[in-house]
Amino acid sequence: MAALQNSTFDAMKNKQSQLLSEWINGLEASGATRNLKDHDLQQQTSEFLQLVINGLQDDNGTHINAPGWEATRQFLEKLSHSRALLGQDSQQTASFIFALKGPLFALLQSHYREQPALLAEQLWEISELFDAFGMHTIRTFQKSREAVIKRQQEELLELSTPVVKLWDGVLALPMIGTLDSQRTQVVMESLLQRIVDTGSEIAIIDITGVPTVDTLVAQHLLKTVTAIRLMGADCIISGVRPQIAQTIVHLGLDLQGVVTKANLADALKLALTRLGISLGKAV
Amino acid sequence: MGDFLLVTIQVDMHDQLALTLQDDLSERISRTSARGVLIDISALDMVDSFIGRMIGTISGLSKIMDAETMLVGMQPAVAITLVELGLTLPGVSTALNVERGMKLLQERVRQQ
Repeated sequence: MAALQNSTFDAMKNKQSQLLSEWINGLEASGATRNLKDHDLQQQTSEFLQLVINGLQDDNGTHINAPGWEATRQFLEKLSHSRALLGQDSQQTASFIFALKGPLFALLQSHYREQPALLAEQLWEISELFDAFGMHTIRTFQKSREAVIKRQQEELLELSTPVVKLWDGVLALPMIGTLDSQRTQVVMESLLQRIVDTGSEIAIIDITGVPTVDTLVAQHLLKTVTAIRLMGADCIISGVRPQIAQTIVHLGLDLQGVVTKANLADALKLALTRLGISLGKAV
Repeated sequence: MGDFLLVTIQVDMHDQLALTLQDDLSERISRTSARGVLIDISALDMVDSFIGRMIGTISGLSKIMDAETMLVGMQPAVAITLVELGLTLPGVSTALNVERGMKLLQERVRQQ
């Protein structure tokens, strides 16, 4: 593969403002600038073109992982982030870059009018370079989306297992959704820490929101119960639905003496009785 | 503490220290005819399988010497580790802190 010719580079440098205006016109015609502020558009197009020219000037070839393209890569990453924030997808961001190809190809065509072989070479080089730029924006876009998803997953995990205080010395943990080993870990840690912090003797785990209980879920529940007991508190499981009760019996699951109640109210009554508290109606 | 012994584990236990503790404890129980032993592990931030087993051994030891045993102050991280290691310390009573543990211990000894 032949390298980019110096005359290509010179032509680009000399016709910079023409390239810019053609690029912007192309973008506006395709509607890609709809949500962009005019000032941002001007600034991003001129900055990118300048970076490309600088990169070519240092004779860095078309491998954009070379250190000479560092500034351009950083620009592309910044662009990708800002476009993602605007709600644009990776295709729109990459198209922004690809739209410069049109004016560049037109420029090369007029410049190498008399040398078709050289023209083909240069067109190929430029095409490779810009494809690499576009791919880089897409890759960055993907990575930042994945980071968002991961952060949301962590937040979801924390949100879905709140520990609430029902009474002095009684904590409740309403479980919603399936119980897997990762959630069990989070649940155990937060519940145990609250028990220590509040000095609560009884923890009520309500499983009304747990769709199914199989041997694995039961194992996770029992681990939590054992840890609570090791620390010197006790546990009541409430919200046992009829289907769950049937499943537990059919599977022969041993709940190791944990008291189970059909609903949270009964569990609370039991907890209060154990603490020696009685409630009476005001006459 | 009258009829009761208080054992506070505060430093990192290595093999020799643990064995020394076991010897000391059994000797003290027998000498003082202690009725109850309170083992406070609230200073332990984390345990490994060795310490876990040691806690179980010491609790078992005092039980065999006919002293009511109570383990208090277990931190969450320690409880989780013990459960994961499968060291569930069967037959060992536990309480959240020294005050509660003492109260329960006294009730138990009185009932005897």
